[in-house]
Amino acid sequence: MNDISAPRRLAEVIEAASSVFRAQCYRLYEAPALGSLVTAGAPAVYGVVCRVSTEPLDPSRPVLARGESAQSEEQIYQDNPQIARLLTSRFEALIVGHQLETGISHHLPPLPPRVHSFVKECSPDEITDFSGGLDFIHLLVGAGPAASEEVVRACMSRLIEAHSDVPDFRVQIGKALAKELAGDVPQLTAILRGLAR
Amino acid sequence: MTNGPVTKGLDSDFSLPEEKPLGLVVGGSLSHGVEVRLDTGGRTSVEDLKAGSFVTIRGAKHRFFGVVTDLTLNSSDPRLKHQPPSVDDPFTAEVVSGSVAYGTASVLPHLTMPLVLDGSDKSSVAEAPVAAKTIPSHFSPAYPASKQDVEMVFGREDEQHFWVGTPLDMDAKVCLNLEELVKRSIGVFGKSGTGKTFLTRLLLVGILQGNQASSLIFDMHSEYGWGGQDTDRNTTVKGLKQLFPARVATFTLDEEQARRRGVSTDEVVRIGYGEIEPEDVQLLRETLNLSEVAADAAYNLQQKFGQRNWLASFLSLDGGTQLNELAGELGVNSAALGALHNRLRRIQRYRFLEERSQSGAADDVTEKIIQHLERGNHVVLEFGGYGNDLTAYILVSNLLSRRIHERYVALTDAAEGNRGKKPRPLVIVIEEAHKFLHPGVASQTIFGIIARELRKYSVTLMVIDQRPSAIDQEVMSQLGTRLVCLLDNDRDVEAALSGAPGSRQLKEVLSRLEPKQQALLFGHALPMPVVVHTRSYDEDFYAQIYQKPAVGDGHQAGEPPGETPRERLERQINELF
Repeated sequence: MNDISAPRRLAEVIEAASSVFRAQCYRLYEAPALGSLVTAGAPAVYGVVCRVSTEPLDPSRPVLARGESAQSEEQIYQDNPQIARLLTSRFEALIVGHQLETGISHHLPPLPPRVHSFVKECSPDEITDFSGGLDFIHLLVGAGPAASEEVVRACMSRLIEAHSDVPDFRVQIGKALAKELAGDVPQLTAILRGLAR
Repeated sequence: MTNGPVTKGLDSDFSLPEEKPLGLVVGGSLSHGVEVRLDTGGRTSVEDLKAGSFVTIRGAKHRFFGVVTDLTLNSSDPRLKHQPPSVDDPFTAEVVSGSVAYGTASVLPHLTMPLVLDGSDKSSVAEAPVAAKTIPSHFSPAYPASKQDVEMVFGREDEQHFWVGTPLDMDAKVCLNLEELVKRSIGVFGKSGTGKTFLTRLLLVGILQGNQASSLIFDMHSEYGWGGQDTDRNTTVKGLKQLFPARVATFTLDEEQARRRGVSTDEVVRIGYGEIEPEDVQLLRETLNLSEVAADAAYNLQQKFGQRNWLASFLSLDGGTQLNELAGELGVNSAALGALHNRLRRIQRYRFLEERSQSGAADDVTEKIIQHLERGNHVVLEFGGYGNDLTAYILVSNLLSRRIHERYVALTDAAEGNRGKKPRPLVIVIEEAHKFLHPGVASQTIFGIIARELRKYSVTLMVIDQRPSAIDQEVMSQLGTRLVCLLDNDRDVEAALSGAPGSRQLKEVLSRLEPKQQALLFGHALPMPVVVHTRSYDEDFYAQIYQKPAVGDGHQAGEPPGETPRERLERQINELF
């Protein structure tokens, strides 16, 4: 499913602030995974997916349980084809960098991405390019409650996977995290446990 | 790690800027030293450093040369010690060590050196380091000191610099500045069996090779002239006479013992009764167990019988009534006089003492010793069978030193009046020094005077002792250079370090010395205190000193300096048998 050689356009920005943007997926349940690196707009603004949700399009119309007599979950969708039209998948991404003419900056962009900017999931090459430096970890870890241990861990796992040809990249990531979380060893060790082979 | 230069070891050639630093200065003070946080990249473990290691710190304006005084384990989160991370997982262990859990080294900067140093340029080596009056700024990188750094600080081995040992964890030479060494008195301390004698032999070879001064060695146990025993290795080591036959004269008090040992001596020392003075008796109070009154009675005897006859006349009395009459005549306590008579009779059995009071036997000996010293030779006075008799040792060394002192004072005064040249500097070597220099007698004995004043008369002392606390403080304060082997008595440690800057830290260092072949050196002959593994005194050492000609000698490499064919033959015979 993740075998993507070219960036895939999967969502559109529906809300944007300086440090976070929210996007709506074109297809239900096709949001990028937690911790994925995505880009929005051009020049690209990089974000790490920190929250994925599927919810009714109209918040005033709550979803009702319908499958009491259904044989399978799939049958519910088949019996109620309108459901797919009434629900949508949305996600939030923490901004961790942006594209400049000179290269990639691991700082917040001067302005957030425009609403309706296309959101694409980064290809492994893009991930490798982006994580050539690890300064963005500071933005990610410093983003507050939105960047939970799990988001950081998931993001780091993806980076390690993309850099699988660099032997000590895992340790480099660990050291970079240790720098940011020097004052919170329990949190650091919890993330490290998740990153251990 | 894979890119860039590989971190050099402690014995690296030179601290080039691209060399990986040990860590960065993160805090500290001039009085307590700076704190160096060891490299967060995990390249430097706290176990790579040792207390006493040399470190250079590249500040913004100066390079600092310092020594590691302490090592600490720290963490960025105080909770770490209460909830240590699971180190079973090697990844977590690798990440945590060196980052949130790290080591710091306390480094005491002793000296500042020029910032830019070209290791190949001799002229820059000549730019001497100066005592540090400031500390490096924040985040200055610290590097392990290189051989060149050590050479720059302690000098390159040459005529003026004698290689005495190596720093504990690097292969570099620590040299003593011989000129400074002999300018002031020297102290060699350490408890029994820690290598004082070997260290003293080294120093004497250094002084001899440097040709800065002559030495007169009161060789209590006959260890310096014709070699001694290495009790640890159960071998015989060479003495000065064997190493430098042409430059060393051996005198002996005990001709018979010298003959039994099969060693030749240049002179046999004889002393007349007339040459013993009441001052000598004062010094013997402890060993002869004399009261103050009894010892003082010698002055009355001297007044009555005269300078040269008092002892012979006194000892010729039978005792009993004659003594009582004499006590009455002199107005001294008869019991005290009786005790003095009784104890002084003990010294009659010394075969080196002669009753002839007219001719100055000691003056003859003194003259011969001074002739040797003036020629630039070194004199070893072996006590032979009297080595274990402290009374004989104190008596003879005091008596001869007093005469030599008188001659040196006269010669110096004459030189100041432009009537001759200044005498050649002399180092008098005495063992069990606390017997001469304890607070009760230091003010009266010739050694106390030499220690305090005689620098201006070109005579200094080399004091060898295992109880520095028993030596008069005033004398201790006059010691220019001190070489301290392991001491474990607190009072001795304090006495040996008294007056040294940073003595609190030195105390720590001293208590960690190995019991053999390690010494803490500090004082005028060195720019900063240093712990060294002293140079081995063995076949390699003999070969090295033969290769290095003593100053003023035109000898061939491979043979003792200044050796004539006859002496060479004699040496070779000695070596054969």
